[in-house]
Amino acid sequence: MVQSLDRSQGRAGGIAAAASDSPTFTGNRALQIEEPLIFEMGQPGRCGVDLPEPPKVKDRLNGLKRTGEIGLPGLSEPQVVQHYTRLSQKNYAIDMGVYPLGSCTMKHNPRINEKVARLPGIGDLHPLQPVSTVQGALELIDRLAHWLKTLTGMPAVAMSPAAGAHGEMCGMMAIAAALEARGERSKRRVVLAPESAHGTNPATAAALGFTVKPIPANERGRVDLASLKAALGSDVAAIMLTNPNTCGLFESEIVEISRAVHEAGAFFYCDGANFNAIVGRVRPGDLGVDCMHINLHKTFSTPHGGGGPGAGPVVLSAALAPYAPYPWIVKDGEKWRVAEDGAAVDGKPLGRLKAFHGQMGMFTRALSYIMSHGADGLKQAAEDAVLSANYVMAALKDVMTPAFEGPCMHEALFDDGFLKDTGVSTLDFAKAMIDEGYHPMTMYFPLVVHGAMLIEPTESQAKEDLDVFIAALRSLAERAKSGTAAEEFKAAPRFAPRRRLDETLAARKPVLRWRPSNNPPEGDPLKQAAD
Amino acid sequence: MADTKYTQEHEWIRVEGDVGTIGITQYAQEQLGDVVFVDVPAAGRKVAKGEACAVVESVKAASDIYAPVSGEVVEANAALADSPGDVNAEPTGKGWFFKLKLADKGELAGLMDEAAYTAFVKSLG
Amino acid sequence: MRYLPLTPIDRRDMLAVIGAKSVDELFKDVPADARLPSKVAGLPDHLGELEVERAFQNYAAKNVSPSTAPFFIGAGAYRHHVPSTVDYMIQRGEFLTSYTPYQPEITQGTLQYLFEFQTQVSLLTGMEVANASMYDGSTGASEAVLMANRITRRTKALISGGLHPHYRNIIETTAHWQGYSAVAAKTDAEGLEDLIAKVDKETSCVVVQNPSFFGHVRDFTKLAAACHEAGALLIVVVTEVVSLGLIMPPGEMGADIVVCEGQSIGNGLGFGGPYVGLFATRDKYVRQMPGRLVGETVDADGKRGFVLTLSTREQHIRREKATSNICTNAGLCALAFTVHLTLLGEAGFRRLAELNHAKASELADRVAALPGVKLLNESFFNEFTVRLPKPAAPVVQALADKRILGGVPVSRLIPDDPSVENLLLLAATETATEAGMGPLIAGLKEVL
Repeated sequence: MVQSLDRSQGRAGGIAAAASDSPTFTGNRALQIEEPLIFEMGQPGRCGVDLPEPPKVKDRLNGLKRTGEIGLPGLSEPQVVQHYTRLSQKNYAIDMGVYPLGSCTMKHNPRINEKVARLPGIGDLHPLQPVSTVQGALELIDRLAHWLKTLTGMPAVAMSPAAGAHGEMCGMMAIAAALEARGERSKRRVVLAPESAHGTNPATAAALGFTVKPIPANERGRVDLASLKAALGSDVAAIMLTNPNTCGLFESEIVEISRAVHEAGAFFYCDGANFNAIVGRVRPGDLGVDCMHINLHKTFSTPHGGGGPGAGPVVLSAALAPYAPYPWIVKDGEKWRVAEDGAAVDGKPLGRLKAFHGQMGMFTRALSYIMSHGADGLKQAAEDAVLSANYVMAALKDVMTPAFEGPCMHEALFDDGFLKDTGVSTLDFAKAMIDEGYHPMTMYFPLVVHGAMLIEPTESQAKEDLDVFIAALRSLAERAKSGTAAEEFKAAPRFAPRRRLDETLAARKPVLRWRPSNNPPEGDPLKQAAD
Repeated sequence: MADTKYTQEHEWIRVEGDVGTIGITQYAQEQLGDVVFVDVPAAGRKVAKGEACAVVESVKAASDIYAPVSGEVVEANAALADSPGDVNAEPTGKGWFFKLKLADKGELAGLMDEAAYTAFVKSLG
Repeated sequence: MRYLPLTPIDRRDMLAVIGAKSVDELFKDVPADARLPSKVAGLPDHLGELEVERAFQNYAAKNVSPSTAPFFIGAGAYRHHVPSTVDYMIQRGEFLTSYTPYQPEITQGTLQYLFEFQTQVSLLTGMEVANASMYDGSTGASEAVLMANRITRRTKALISGGLHPHYRNIIETTAHWQGYSAVAAKTDAEGLEDLIAKVDKETSCVVVQNPSFFGHVRDFTKLAAACHEAGALLIVVVTEVVSLGLIMPPGEMGADIVVCEGQSIGNGLGFGGPYVGLFATRDKYVRQMPGRLVGETVDADGKRGFVLTLSTREQHIRREKATSNICTNAGLCALAFTVHLTLLGEAGFRRLAELNHAKASELADRVAALPGVKLLNESFFNEFTVRLPKPAAPVVQALADKRILGGVPVSRLIPDDPSVENLLLLAATETATEAGMGPLIAGLKEVL
């Protein structure tokens, strides 16, 4: 019943107070400025836009005019600029330094991508303009599709999914559609997924009514081939497998896996979240993949934006291509058109997954990134990402505990073995990294490794910066192992805009919006300044 | 005399007459950490032994609670909605989850007594 | 390559530390015959920034930018003026290049704006609670149906004939593959449908849109009551969120879930995405809601702070039992939305809505005055439907040939219903001017 977890996770209580800092009158700390909510700043009569007086017209709202105040605060433009600038200064970002969040691929976000996405004639197009007025946009999408198909060695791609998980839904629906066409959909109800899978994989399969059967990993951190073969049968629809996998390892028996899956009449869904490790060097199509989503915000850096937006095009094998959801971009002679419904294409599309034509803004950025790199630069980027991860692994393996032997791909996975009996947990270790000026690595994922720490340096860091990062982690590891620093670790972070936050309080008594009765808590500098 | 039995899923059931009260053990609440929410079954629901019928959530984990025996839910602990922390403070007291009218008291025989459960927890290390 | 800091000497030194002779050794787990001997064939090599920009300018030159033509297209995506401050703010690297706020101590910026966003969305929709955004309105509508199915433990969704056809298609697609039922009412171009009689004890939810796809403004108070009577939920979709500055919010009509496309505020048209889905509901349903949620709490020093909360609903914890498989949201688009709405404030938002309504009123009167053209709407916000004396698709194409972007033929979105062949959707926002309206009217006169 119970998942074993670090008990201190997310708990603020019981943490020793920070080393006594000298208080300031405002509660501010130089560049760190305490910032109220917009709802605490607004004044009636203030406005951040100048709009003309509307002409008086008789309203045609069916008697449903909104009465009563909405409750939006009024702020002037400079206040708005200051508010969000101050908020921005409470964020860590790729632009500031090493952001080794494993599995998330926090690589450099080139600004040319932003510029071209905003060009008039690209960024301002309406999705339902007559196709004769958007020929360049359709060509652009097709050009990106061509790159994605060529880089993966796959014959088709569905462009519309809005993110990785949405792409998974698309791919698994295509598999369901192919099974339906074979008359096997009611018979094949099982989806196999390794224990180390991203949570989205079982969530997607379950949403489509499949039963998820976990496949154990072997001691090398890969899918256990014997267990997989034993699980394969006439009831299996597909395997969902991340490759490189969530432990940062390439599934070395991938060819045998895909052969066994296909021999059993099932499909091979590859979670392409980690495609960045192999792009330009390995084509998933050569490994027997039937479909794979590509997180454009990871591999092709379209930025992460505080959690989105993303885009998750799905490349498809010939067997699944007819089922791709509409819209399809089709070239008739010299003209492009958009096939927007099932009748307009030569196939059996599974339906529609998103309004309009997909995440065009992300397509533009990804294509800009891809063209900037070229085939040579993409390959070099993948190699540098893998080299950097292995370098971090090699430089830390004597003070931290690598989870598995042998070279890794784009991310280095450690367990908490080196923290045993130190009183310092993975969480404490990660929080101490914040005080050293780093965003922590991914923690407690993948679940198959105890106290996991997943470090993905990406190709974007200079060696000098990696060296400082490594030295900082070595220093933290040694301090933790000294056995005398547990309290210090538990108090971390001490220098961030906030110290550890009470997640238990947040979840027990959810406060999910501001209300006029909300006030900053007693201990808050804004409250004290107001008093 | 109430008789308390335990499951390998770290639930306890205390039987008085033909009604069993069910909760999670001290060990379970320690593993889970601060409980923030408990989803208990509605009275009247019939559950089979081993059926997932409640969910207990900490900040970062959600765990299913399985019926230790078959029966019909006669009462759920409504107080947990406002004070889920009771599960941490008194897992075998105020932190109970629900009461079940037992369908077959014979099913209790398959559960562990206190000594067996203590040994079981010890074996988990 | 300008993005790659490692030099050949760095690479050599790093390999030495690793103890590998070459990078190829690090790829030894890749089966030998799947390792490409060199780069992928048939693709060009890297380009400088100048060349990349030029390539995109070439793509752009093959399109007609709405800023260069009379423009009256809506149908779920609307052209509004976005203040310069918005784009400046979302391009700050601290927002643009951070990720999901997993480490709240160093992501308070993102967490606080999402908390403010959730509050703004609650206020606009008249609902109690909102999440930190969905991919967009269309996918949000489908998620709302799934949520209603979970809450009611029923599997029949009833879909209004006034719902955006793409939204309906998505709900139907999801229903087909996830095994529930979605029953669509027939096309409601006149805005007269009454769904109350269709709500029964098997209905999990009714999905309506306000203003409808055809522009009609409807009161769903009675429908909400009928839904609740039958144990079903009312889902109200809003594709033009600016309308909430002038129209009674769905929360006041008794909606249980409100889904909006938030693109109109802060986000450009962008050829269809990325946009931002707004998703709001009642407090009692919050644990069944998909997507991320930010909550207020305190830190170890007692200072107010914000965290992601109620995350046990989500896939990374619940896995196959999650409320949704969604991981990514629309963080940066939500930021654009919230910055723009903060600039507008109460007064600006209401005035923006009034301007839109006034422009559309003017356009409706002028178009309806054309011979043979009939306005189907008694009520509308900034978009309405007209019946032309001939099929709308060739009319729109003829206008496009004159560089006039004159609305959307309904048949483009509902190709299988001959009754809509002559229907044209027209939208006018605050960006409409006489310099655009004049040529549109003149153009219509010529081609009709």
